[in-house]
Amino acid sequence: MSTLEVSPLAPVSGQTSQPVINDFSIQVATINGSGSQTANTVLMRALFQMGIPVSGKNMFPSNIAGLPTWFTIRASKQGYVGRRKEVDFLVAMNPETAREDVIELASGAAVVYDAPLKLNELRTDLHFYPVPFDKLVAPVCPEPRLRKLVRNMIYDGVLAQLLSIEMEQVRTALVKQFGKRKAKAADMNWGACQAGFDYAAATFTKTDPYRVERMNETAGKIIIDGNSACALGAMFAGVTVVTWYPITPSSSLVESLIGYMKRFRHDPETGKATYAIVQAEDELASIGMALGAGWAGARSMTATAGPGISLMSEFIGLGYYAEMPAVVFNVERVGPSTGLPTRTQQGDILTTAILSHGDTRHPMYFPCSPEECFSMAIEAFDLAERFQTPVFVMTDLDLGMNNWMAGAFQYPEQPIQRGKVLTAEDLQKLGGFARYRDLDGDGVGYRTLPGTNHPAAAYFTRGSGHNDKAQYSERENDYIDNMDRLTHKFETMRQHVPEPVVQIREKAKIGFIAVGTSDYAVREACDQLKSDYDIEASYLRLKAYPFTPHLQDFIRRHERVYVVDQNRDAQLLGLMRLELDAELIAKLRSVTYYGGLPLDARTVTEEVAGQEGK
Amino acid sequence: MKVNHIGLEVLNYKGARTTLCAGCGHNAISERLIECFYELGVEPWTVAKFSGIGCSSKSPAYFLGLSHGFNSVHGRMPAIATGAILANRNLLGLGVTGDGDTASIGLGQFMHLVRRNMPMIYVIEDNGVYGLTKGQFSATADLGSTLKTGVHNDLPPFDCCALAMRWGATFVARSFSGDKKQLQAILKTAIAHRGLSVVDVISPCVTFNDHEGSTKSYSYVKDHEEVLQELDFVPSFEDISVDIPDGAVMDVRMHDGSHLRIRKLARDFDPTNRQAALTMLESADAKGEVVTGVLYVNTAKPTFIDLLNMVDAPVGTLPQSRTRPPKAALDEVMEELR
Repeated sequence: MSTLEVSPLAPVSGQTSQPVINDFSIQVATINGSGSQTANTVLMRALFQMGIPVSGKNMFPSNIAGLPTWFTIRASKQGYVGRRKEVDFLVAMNPETAREDVIELASGAAVVYDAPLKLNELRTDLHFYPVPFDKLVAPVCPEPRLRKLVRNMIYDGVLAQLLSIEMEQVRTALVKQFGKRKAKAADMNWGACQAGFDYAAATFTKTDPYRVERMNETAGKIIIDGNSACALGAMFAGVTVVTWYPITPSSSLVESLIGYMKRFRHDPETGKATYAIVQAEDELASIGMALGAGWAGARSMTATAGPGISLMSEFIGLGYYAEMPAVVFNVERVGPSTGLPTRTQQGDILTTAILSHGDTRHPMYFPCSPEECFSMAIEAFDLAERFQTPVFVMTDLDLGMNNWMAGAFQYPEQPIQRGKVLTAEDLQKLGGFARYRDLDGDGVGYRTLPGTNHPAAAYFTRGSGHNDKAQYSERENDYIDNMDRLTHKFETMRQHVPEPVVQIREKAKIGFIAVGTSDYAVREACDQLKSDYDIEASYLRLKAYPFTPHLQDFIRRHERVYVVDQNRDAQLLGLMRLELDAELIAKLRSVTYYGGLPLDARTVTEEVAGQEGK
Repeated sequence: MKVNHIGLEVLNYKGARTTLCAGCGHNAISERLIECFYELGVEPWTVAKFSGIGCSSKSPAYFLGLSHGFNSVHGRMPAIATGAILANRNLLGLGVTGDGDTASIGLGQFMHLVRRNMPMIYVIEDNGVYGLTKGQFSATADLGSTLKTGVHNDLPPFDCCALAMRWGATFVARSFSGDKKQLQAILKTAIAHRGLSVVDVISPCVTFNDHEGSTKSYSYVKDHEEVLQELDFVPSFEDISVDIPDGAVMDVRMHDGSHLRIRKLARDFDPTNRQAALTMLESADAKGEVVTGVLYVNTAKPTFIDLLNMVDAPVGTLPQSRTRPPKAALDEVMEELR
């Protein structure tokens, strides 16, 4: 048979036959728009359903169809879900990148590939499994125009056979993926999957060491992307006005929110919405609307990414200075300018912290997981109203757009905190109020909402200089007093933002500081440094800005502290420089990665080992 | 002391003392707004005032002191106003702004406000010039007009009324700050209208644009004004049954039950016909006329708020019981994601 022209090689010399169980990464190289997302999600889900810790990362182009895309699935019995640099199992479906993809593999890796590509001619130290995809797809998909979409499902079957993934779980995942309404499509895909399995079973002698075994590490867990998790958080925070302008990678945050709100936020009797969601004409308008809504009493939000943050700059200054609540989800991508719109970075930390002209400071949350996207979204709305200021939830493309394994979200126990808002009854008792007077010593004044039926309710909001009664003022003392109160307000926030997660290793001379998705790489790097270099490292993961005193304590107790940044200019470290004493700054070292892919542990480990002289 | 039908004095509708130049058209507009809100007996706390940046945008401090006010950023007032009205659909939004805000830096936001037919009043205090930065042209300055310094304007103006009519506003009028009676009738109609009211008021800048060579000066407007109609606004609380006049008068019933009566003057013009209105503006422009009066009115078109299908109560202040779904909802979603 022609399909057997290229038969798999015998085990590569020097390769141990020791099986590698539940600890490998699969990379699927396809062309975007070819329907590979479904096949990849099903594969990831099947592993998840087998109780194996798993993560999936999509590396896709800023394009609708026709450009290369890679999807990496990592199975890890130790529970490491960060990106793994090394590819153990390549599925080469894209003729354009196949040669390069194969040449880059480490010795001993396995390759499932489209047979006509003849990739086995490139290397002798890999395990090759050629699959005639076009021949296999024809019988299971009679309609030629659908074959492009169905053909990817064949590699799911091939991998299931080669890696011992339970076909029953593949089937369950597939049905879940297509839903009840697309049963016909699910059947056709299942046919393709089975064809792949049968072909592999009949054709290949397994020579690579990788396979899976059932575990029990995912019971009760869910799979969700960070954007959907933020959306759910916003809905359960009681958001009422949502304004947005589409931008990768934040669009799906609001799109999922629209879906959830339609299901759960319509009045059961009238069918009417208890919210407004408006797609604005640009980010200037989306943040302006969010602030106007916050001013008038709504829990308002917008979601955006770097270019949108830049455009919002002027309005954020108004929000800070005139003191209006709004929550901004910043799903960071690679800048500057348009940058790499579909790649990840933590590139907006400094910009966001001091967004807008003049002296400003803005609180930021740094969720690292879907659970935190959910809980911090809720906290962010409370903080925004408690402190009457724009609050940023800083996620990134890796967290926002990739699917993650997560614990089930906890329903919020605390009631919604609406902050210091005076009603007509309050005004009746008080006789009046001064909008920006610090009565409680926390830097936060009392506000009224437009529409409050009381003659003393009105005040005039402005981005120009004002005194504590909200009257226009250019007086030196009024300006200074107001700015100092805003500083004090920011200081008060330190007691109201979440504390960092601190893991102290008693013998550690060095420590790590990181935020957000750097967490996965840093935790794994701590273990690698210990096992590979005998270096003990402590770790502090910041959850928010302003920083809490835990940061200083942590730096003080270590000789050197590595601040991990997913950006070129060490922005997180830079933000610390603005606040810390010189003796603490002197202890800080920098680890940066800014290539646009999710940070991997090996990059961190090798950089730190190098700086430590190992 | 004289009071209106809700028992408030005119004093309750005033604001802080103006800091604009003596003789500024904007001050006259502030006076008209005070009179109109007073005479119609609008509860001041139901009104929210919005403005951008510029001389005109300072003026909301000078009227309706019992209403919340918001002097926002240059050209972006529509976004702030839209957000506030989304949060509280019961607010009567009153935007007062200028030609720089509207036709230059904020043209995009203005057009999208128009496109949405956002229910609010949008008054343009239009003097063709930047006052606060001392006299540069704005985008409503007419082709061929000159600055005090002799600088000649080589670009044609945007006609904010034509833009508003063409792209979705439902009450569009032009007036002159010096025409007390006409401006009153127009502003009262705008207050009664449900939908976006765009009122472009030629409001001469006495300091930077009231000279020979300006087409936004008192004397130029007086010489070139073509008044379209005689307007009479009859509020809902007044008896309407008396003397419906002859066919020369068009009666427009507003959403709140008030009536606008439009008596045609020299030309035959129907302000419910948008196409005719646009054509009329274009021919007036060619003749150098400043046409004032009601240019377009449409009381039937749904507003943006209608389209959003929100609950009747302001969403911004709904209680937690209506904004946080129950635990069962979260459980349901979690189950789907397992």
